[in-house]
Amino acid sequence: MTAQTQSRTGISAKLAAIALSAFIGLAIVTLAGHVQTAALHDAAHDSRHAMGFPCH
Amino acid sequence: MFSRIAVSALFAGFLAGVVAALLQLAFVQPVLLHAELYESGTLNHFGDGGAGNGGAGATAAVPGIDLERDGLSVLFTALTYTGFAFLLVAAMALAEDRGWRVTVRQGLVWGVAGFLAFQLAPALGAPPELPGSAAAEIDLRQIWWFGTVGATAAGLALIAFGRGWALRAVAAALLLAPHLIGAPHPDEFIGPAPPELASLFAARALGVGLVAWAVLGLLAAYFWLREARRAGEVGPDSPRAA
Repeated sequence: MTAQTQSRTGISAKLAAIALSAFIGLAIVTLAGHVQTAALHDAAHDSRHAMGFPCH
Repeated sequence: MFSRIAVSALFAGFLAGVVAALLQLAFVQPVLLHAELYESGTLNHFGDGGAGNGGAGATAAVPGIDLERDGLSVLFTALTYTGFAFLLVAAMALAEDRGWRVTVRQGLVWGVAGFLAFQLAPALGAPPELPGSAAAEIDLRQIWWFGTVGATAAGLALIAFGRGWALRAVAAALLLAPHLIGAPHPDEFIGPAPPELASLFAARALGVGLVAWAVLGLLAAYFWLREARRAGEVGPDSPRAA
């Protein structure tokens, strides 16, 4: 399962793409679920409660 | 690689988010609206709650669909699940890069693991709250939330991909630590809504979360593999790039 035979070229580009994707995901979750700006909080209020984010 | 992750995450996250939003509207939102009648004082849990018989209005009529409010909820739920999807597909990409095969059926396990990390583990210390519930400072709870999600995800990853008992012990410590430290709690309980509503809300929020994360895991794996085939990165028998 853990064969390490692949070419090492492009590995760092892959890891960069993975890190960028993870950052985007974290940014979206933070923005939609946590940022307390009034307009954002009010718009996202019900979905934050329903997904168990700390809301108020 | 990035476009493969992004396309998979956008499709899987949006679709799972719509599933989550519809289930929330059907099962979670009515409980939230009922609780808001207590929060606003329309109903009173502690007195004659307007039910006319000394009860607390257990069958109060709640408002129906509000297009603007519920539309925003659908939008933000879909957005949040798209964020979850980026994190989940990025983790799948990392696993594949390390030589682990991802299949659609395993996507179910990935999704349930996401649910454990992002919803169940934080809920053990800070259950999904009804509006009006007493709670500690928001900043402290958010820090605990992120710490719990991170520690749980890392612990689960170590159990899934680590080898040896030492790593499993570290995994157990990571899973336990947030709960030994404990979530921040308020100094006093002042929530106006009946505990019956609060427990129903928490249970339904978690139930909907489990279903939506399971769907997200399956869809994320499905689109991840489909995008690989489209990009010619892997053949039908080989999950690995040559």
